Amino acid sequence: MNKDIHIGAKLTTPGSSKDYKTGTWRHQTPMVDKSKCKDCLLCVQHCPENCIKAKYDEMSHIDYNYCKGCGICAYECPNKAITMKKND
Amino acid sequence: MIKQNFKAITGNQAASESMRQINPDVVAAYPITPQTSIMETFAQFIADGRVDTELIRVESEHSSLSACVGSAASGARTITATSSVGLALMWEVLGVVSGLRLPIVMHIVNRALSAPINIHCDHSDVMGARDQGWIQLFCQNNQEVYDLSLIAQRLAEKAFLPVMVCQDGFTTSHGVEKTFILSDEQVKKFTGEFKPDRPLLDTNNPTTYGPLSLPDSFTQIKKQQSDAFNNIKKEYLTIAAELSELSGRQYKLFEEYKLQDADTAIILLSSTASTSKAVIDELRSQGKKVGLLRPIMYRPFPYDEIAKALSHVETIAILDRTISFGAKPPLYSDIQVSLKNKTKLQSYIFGLGGHDTRTDDIKKVFINLLEKKFLDEPQFLYEK
Repeated sequence: MNKDIHIGAKLTTPGSSKDYKTGTWRHQTPMVDKSKCKDCLLCVQHCPENCIKAKYDEMSHIDYNYCKGCGICAYECPNKAITMKKND
Repeated sequence: MIKQNFKAITGNQAASESMRQINPDVVAAYPITPQTSIMETFAQFIADGRVDTELIRVESEHSSLSACVGSAASGARTITATSSVGLALMWEVLGVVSGLRLPIVMHIVNRALSAPINIHCDHSDVMGARDQGWIQLFCQNNQEVYDLSLIAQRLAEKAFLPVMVCQDGFTTSHGVEKTFILSDEQVKKFTGEFKPDRPLLDTNNPTTYGPLSLPDSFTQIKKQQSDAFNNIKKEYLTIAAELSELSGRQYKLFEEYKLQDADTAIILLSSTASTSKAVIDELRSQGKKVGLLRPIMYRPFPYDEIAKALSHVETIAILDRTISFGAKPPLYSDIQVSLKNKTKLQSYIFGLGGHDTRTDDIKKVFINLLEKKFLDEPQFLYEK
């Protein structure tokens, strides 16, 4: 917990959301099978949290620090390369 | 006695006059009876070039206070005004202002809430807002509207808390009285320059206003806001003392009238105190030891100070100008907490929707007290 809260709870350091990980909210996790992935990047476009990263024209990785496990990527993937794994 | 100019003006004009001298950067308001003439007069000051305030005209009170949030967050000195259902429409934004610790001063010209619709004075509007994190000051007359507006400006900006300056609709707001006015230079010097905290327009120090706070931090933030009220009484008294050096008029947390040796007293807010004083003078001339306590600062409530001032009083009536449906009225409840149930109290409800409270009504309250007539429920003070 932050001990030095600025009056009115103003945030005086820009970009503080980078330090505030929200991935812990997730109760199921998207897993990528790269052997099935055709790099169509539909998942990148559909992710509402901008968590699926593309490098040049390839799907690179999922940022699990912010992924909330909504499953939209798995639903949209035409090649069934993404599956949702229940958290333990 | 300090020589001062005076004007014959209404309570609303006293508010406008203080605003002219404070010369705020931004004013956003929406017309509502009986507040309208504050903004009418002030808009004329702008049109005449006597202030350089940006007046934002909006489509509702929700928008007027929202516009004030934006301007105060950007670092602009901001004032607004409203009444009754206008205050009710601001409800959501009241908590935003105090939660963001924006030092907005708002003139409240007290008027009954609907329904039935009524344009006259009672305190149901502002009493509903007493837990919204605003400092609340209640004015007895036009002079207090002027003086407390100046104090409120300093207090808000010192504490980074918003302040409501309340006056009774029509009785005060539209009644003409002799009102002493400081010089423009004195007020300019007294109010000084507003030094905002992390204003949004300071692009060298980027700041986020109103971020999300989850259960891990919310209580801590609210505790900090609550602690901000701890010093307010002291700050207010310091600022009021500073103003009294200019004006010669003293303001305390509450006014005591012939209370020092009184065994019987009444407690009420705002303009009806003047009527009560006339009754007290009359009863005093008959040898009755009666007095009055009139809270000026209602939030934060001066519990200990009031308990001390009332420690010798045997019987007390508290007159609320609002109802708390299904509960004891607010001022009564606060006094009861102050006195820890040690003194016998009687609750009255008076003046709803502008119902006239005359000297005879107040006399009736005193006579009941002197005859030790206590009744359980709050008594409604009106002719049936």
